[in-house]
Amino acid sequence: MKTYQDKVHLWGRIWMVSALLMMISIPAIISVTLNEWPHLQSFLQGLFTTAIIFWTVTTVEVFTFSPMLGSAGTYLGFTTGNLTNLKVPSALNAMQGLDVKPGSETGDVVSAIAIASSTIITTLIIALGAALLIPLTPLLEAAVLQPAFDNIIPALFGALGVVYIARAWKIAVAPIVAMLLIFLLIPGTTDLVGIMVPVGVVIALISARILYVTNKL
Amino acid sequence: MDFLSSWWLIAMALFVVCFVLSQSLFFLLKARKRALELGLSKEEIRQTIVSTMIFSIAPSVAILLGLLALSKVLGVVIPWIRLSVLGAVTYELPATINVVEGVFGESIGNRISDPQIFVTVLWVMTLGIIPPLIIVPLFLKRIQSRVKTIRKKDSKWGDHFMNAMFLGMISAFLGYVVAPRLDEVTGETYVSLLAVLTLISSAVIMAVIGIIITKYKKEWLKNYAISVSMLGSMALAILYAYLGVR
Repeated sequence: MKTYQDKVHLWGRIWMVSALLMMISIPAIISVTLNEWPHLQSFLQGLFTTAIIFWTVTTVEVFTFSPMLGSAGTYLGFTTGNLTNLKVPSALNAMQGLDVKPGSETGDVVSAIAIASSTIITTLIIALGAALLIPLTPLLEAAVLQPAFDNIIPALFGALGVVYIARAWKIAVAPIVAMLLIFLLIPGTTDLVGIMVPVGVVIALISARILYVTNKL
Repeated sequence: MDFLSSWWLIAMALFVVCFVLSQSLFFLLKARKRALELGLSKEEIRQTIVSTMIFSIAPSVAILLGLLALSKVLGVVIPWIRLSVLGAVTYELPATINVVEGVFGESIGNRISDPQIFVTVLWVMTLGIIPPLIIVPLFLKRIQSRVKTIRKKDSKWGDHFMNAMFLGMISAFLGYVVAPRLDEVTGETYVSLLAVLTLISSAVIMAVIGIIITKYKKEWLKNYAISVSMLGSMALAILYAYLGVR
């Protein structure tokens, strides 16, 4: 008999392949309707400069985030995007709220519930925003609100940081020191945060393993 | 370029929205059923859904800012579609700039009027983020079974392993917050004290809520603690900026 996890992989694959076909069909339908296709050279030039960074980042993200998000959460999160600024924090927030262990089956279902709920609200807000963009523009562009919108990442990761650092501060020391040094000393790293996430994860895993085998955890 | 607000393009956007909502509802219902089987109560699930939705509002409004920025180049409907599926403003905007400025030498400040540039942007945006849609169906089962093996072999290490993964990600974003950034007007680099103060404020609010939860046994607050910390520190960011912090 198929387990819940087996079924999740079956459903997830069906949804994801459908999403792949849907995403590719959008530019295809537009090109057919307009009778306008990109010239190969321009397309390859644009794709190369984009893919060299984003194929690497998104590939690494799959291997970094999927153990955190669980199976259903990964299928859903990687179809709908906005992972680091929304889906991963949502899953962490929900698992922390219910005190469930990430990576366990309960963690997996709680993560899926959180990512699905988050996706629903985000999709509705974006749709509403698209419909009302003209009246909303003065509000979204209001200078007084810009500091709040510009600082969502610090607002998000300050709170998450406290929770997870308090939970395992010994593991946290090495990656935090390493990341602070890298970001402060190497110019231009703000654009490479996607690449730096797996670097931070590898440092944290090595540090945790050393602490664990030397009985310091 | 009249088609940018044509009915068929809007119909495609609505189809994408329906697809994403259907997929989310599908997994939400399946996960809810399994959560009940695993012993979670209906109330716990309801609270998780409500708190996640509240938590997601502020980041979603920030995504609207990306929609606004992209709409100036691509119209409203295409960014609406793109931001509803895999990707993020941090990807869509550089991809657009790579094509419009890098390939065609045009300015990103104006609405695209050349169909050739438009379709090139669209194809690059779509294919530039395609790997997860291929890798996840092919490899996720193997990745998850490896994680399961780690947990089974040594559950104590399994817990540390997961904590290390989260802390690795969080540490990268802590580094990102303190990283020097470029002032586009003056050309000088600076560390944003505003970002650092917002981070610290969020951490302090979270710590205070944590103390309230532990000391006064307000367990229900747990579900809203991160949302409150995030919104509180965003409100403080407005105050800090008003006081001249940058």
